[in-house]
Amino acid sequence: MDGPKGNVLLTLLAVATFAAAGAYSIGASHDFSKDRIAANQRARLITSLNSVLDPSLRSHDLRTVQLAVADRALLGSAEPVDVFVVFDAGQPVAAIFASVAPDGYNAPIGLLIGVSSSATLTGVRPVSHRETAGLGDRMEPAKSGWILRFDGASLDRPPRERWAVDKDDGDFDSLSGATITSRAVVKAVKNTLLYFEQHRDEIFRDAAARAADANAN
Amino acid sequence: MQTQTDLRTVLATGLWRNNAVLVQLLGLCPLLAVTTSVVNGLALGLATAAVLTVGSALVAPLRGALLPIARVPLYVLITASLVTCIDLLSNALLDDLHERLGIFIPLIVTNSAVLAHAETIASQRGPIAATLAGLSTGLGFLGVLVTLGALRELLGHGTLLADLPLLFGDRAAGFHLALPFDGMHVAVLPPGAFFGTALLLALCNLLRRHDAPRPAAVAENNAAESPQ
Repeated sequence: MDGPKGNVLLTLLAVATFAAAGAYSIGASHDFSKDRIAANQRARLITSLNSVLDPSLRSHDLRTVQLAVADRALLGSAEPVDVFVVFDAGQPVAAIFASVAPDGYNAPIGLLIGVSSSATLTGVRPVSHRETAGLGDRMEPAKSGWILRFDGASLDRPPRERWAVDKDDGDFDSLSGATITSRAVVKAVKNTLLYFEQHRDEIFRDAAARAADANAN
Repeated sequence: MQTQTDLRTVLATGLWRNNAVLVQLLGLCPLLAVTTSVVNGLALGLATAAVLTVGSALVAPLRGALLPIARVPLYVLITASLVTCIDLLSNALLDDLHERLGIFIPLIVTNSAVLAHAETIASQRGPIAATLAGLSTGLGFLGVLVTLGALRELLGHGTLLADLPLLFGDRAAGFHLALPFDGMHVAVLPPGAFFGTALLLALCNLLRRHDAPRPAAVAENNAAESPQ
């Protein structure tokens, strides 16, 4: 397999040339791609935020302010989680939490939870999970309507002591064969509503201040 | 100079006789992981074939001038640059598909079928044959990805080419086949990948049962194994 012996100088030259050409093409690809990649990410975020907003708001010219809040017990993550506060004509109309259900079956479940300013749920969507295909993954809206059960629910409807899956004498059906997944999601949604109840004014105040800052600049 | 027959042999070797997956059992990790649909397989197959072809075409003319120890590092440098460009551009232009293939685009660099090819280039007789060997190895890999993707999509979802718009935009939305059954879910799960691959290998061995091992194919096998 040795073949021709080769030439040291030519080898060095070839390596240097291809290293420079490679670096240049990666730089050019990056310049070409970076705005489009950022736009794709923004579009993806907007699509997912819209999916948990009250549909009647979609035609409005909404403005979103992003905050980060930390509460390990209620939001499920030791890291700060993102909260998107949605303003319609200067008034906060909804908050969208990127909460985590820490006790998913295979791994923590990332959720997007939309809450209206009157503390009613407008939508819940799983955004990242590793639940078992065919069982726990039926919480995805493409696979079953289970997750839509949360639309319109609040801590009064059902009453907060009934916020549990049917196996634990609660009002929420569990996905068959995926009680652990169902329990994790119901608990995370309830905890997010509890967090919103305790911190609503604070979140809306911070977001309004942030929006005013952005306007001033 | 090589004759046309030689070039035809090079082409047949990569596509079938010494196919990266079916004969050498290389590149199985991306194969098993992404082939849940035809389009997934097609996209990763095209990217891999492009990397193999362009990488071979760039290294082939230099192979006589290079020190043998520099051949693999230079080849990896070139494939890594190409793969990074493909990763960035697909993220910009084919966002949903990029999301689905995820880590497997950057991992083309470490695909054993691609790495093994560095030595195959050196064993070819001329730059044209070496480039053609890259193309045929890539197309051979692409063929297996698409076949396994089709098998698993048909059995697992009861559809064929259902996600074509991810690769070709909304124009391609109508071109799919839907069978009147929901599919056996296991086919798109990891065990289904192994079952499907086993079926393809068995079929391939059945078709080859009468081929006596050719001296050329044996020599290439040895060449392909040596870098590992």
